[in-house]
Amino acid sequence: MKKIAKQIVFYSALLGIWALLAKLHIWPPYLFPPPWGVALALRDGFGDHSFWIGIAVTMKRMLIGYSLSVVLGMMIGLGVASNKFLEETLGGLLVSLQSLPSICWIPLAVLWFGLTEKAILFVVLMGSLLSVTIAMEDGRKQMPKIYGMAGRNLGARGFRLFWSVLLPASLPFILNGMKQGWAFAWRSLIQAEMIFLSLGLGQLLMMGRDLNDMSQVIAVMILIIILGYLVDGLVFRTLEHRLQEKWGLAPA
Amino acid sequence: MSTRPQNAYSPVGPVAARGGVRANVYHGKPASSVTMIPVRPVSEVVVPKVSLDGISLSYKTTSGERLLALDNISLSVQPGEFLCVVGPSGCGKSTLLHLIAGLHPQTSGKVLVDGRAVDGPGTDRLMIFQELGLFPWLTVGQNVEFGMKMKNISKAEREEKTQHYLRLVHLSKFRDSYTHQLSGGMRQRVALARALATEPDVLLMDEPFAALDAQTRDLLHDELERIWGETGRTIIFVTHNVREAVRLGDRVVLMTFRPGRVKQEFPIVLPRPRHIEETDVARTAKEILSCLREEINKSLEAEYADEKNR
Repeated sequence: MKKIAKQIVFYSALLGIWALLAKLHIWPPYLFPPPWGVALALRDGFGDHSFWIGIAVTMKRMLIGYSLSVVLGMMIGLGVASNKFLEETLGGLLVSLQSLPSICWIPLAVLWFGLTEKAILFVVLMGSLLSVTIAMEDGRKQMPKIYGMAGRNLGARGFRLFWSVLLPASLPFILNGMKQGWAFAWRSLIQAEMIFLSLGLGQLLMMGRDLNDMSQVIAVMILIIILGYLVDGLVFRTLEHRLQEKWGLAPA
Repeated sequence: MSTRPQNAYSPVGPVAARGGVRANVYHGKPASSVTMIPVRPVSEVVVPKVSLDGISLSYKTTSGERLLALDNISLSVQPGEFLCVVGPSGCGKSTLLHLIAGLHPQTSGKVLVDGRAVDGPGTDRLMIFQELGLFPWLTVGQNVEFGMKMKNISKAEREEKTQHYLRLVHLSKFRDSYTHQLSGGMRQRVALARALATEPDVLLMDEPFAALDAQTRDLLHDELERIWGETGRTIIFVTHNVREAVRLGDRVVLMTFRPGRVKQEFPIVLPRPRHIEETDVARTAKEILSCLREEINKSLEAEYADEKNR
């Protein structure tokens, strides 16, 4: 309760300062809109459905791109973790590739796929694949060996051993990496959308700039923050919580 | 019950075992193990459930030298027998179980189950690990069900067997709990139920009760003896506790310290059910312990030598 009260005071103060600065007219409103201007932009955006469409398109790309990177990342990560040759070769390459910002893949994506949906998905994939892969690899290594042995001993083999034992056993260790992968994918997607300009929240952001509509720019920025926070705070936090409950781990 | 006098332990004496297969005591069905059964000549013995034929295992240490962990171990276990393996820590007794379970290949020699060579894990031999390896993401019931699921047993049958084996270990009420919500002794029983539910012929138990307090351990000894009697499984039980071995086993095999060899075998013909506090158990244990002491001293010397070298 006390924390919420503090937060209410903090955000009210923030809004107050923002409103005060806007009221002082130090900068023209088209460069520094007041809070109510942004609120109006949000209302209009949702009113003419452009924000709804933007959110839907962005989330769809996010789901497809992220799912792809999780599936691929799992396979590569497990491969690297279970093969010494791959670990010493591909493992190093993966770590070094991670230092490449995902936006650097955009020129390559444009040349390979043109200004298409595929190119956007490619950038999202490259943005999160590496962190998912590395998380998978680490998780597989950190996972206590006993689970794999117990599973094999009870007759689990091949894919079923992976699906019913190795994957759930390594979940607590890979969840953080999956979360990080999501954050990377989210950043990459918005960046890609700002350049490809084909629907989505990134495009709405750029549209606001083109129309000199600062209220829309800030409104979309707020949307991006809220969506990102919701997924992180609701989806991943809930997953983490349930995992800790099942495993009997003390909440971190 | 038993028609035998109280001090039925006949000191047949340690049987020379190194290199040879001697099944000197055969109890038949465990239910009848309380009555005297004459020692059968080797020729009459049925195909042993498990037999180890000249098993050796060596591996490279991090410093590059080859270390012989197990040296030419030959041993045979009769169907329904309760065999205990004791030895000082580091003698490779757990490793021996891993080899029988097929979780690790031996360097030379053969592991035979029902006369067939083992070349991987199989649900005819189930291992109960020292650290149990219960799956924390599954409930108690799902843990017990797991092995049956892997064997593609129908849901109805799984349901029924899960209930049956949970009842056998007195855990029916905890079917939907997660393993971390249970006490150490209860977890031990879940592991036992999980292993039994796949209906293996052979149970391989690796110091399963080492981490439990004395009272819980006594209780589990009683339960294990009862369950063994009810299910007629063959059990190979590894422990460092000689009293526990005498309390439970039809036969106790003593292993040497590094490299692990079979030093001696002791048939235990005390009437069942036994209790760990019985004088007969204590006396037999003492005899085995005096042989074990030598090996323990060797292991301690090796440990101190390691320390000096550091």
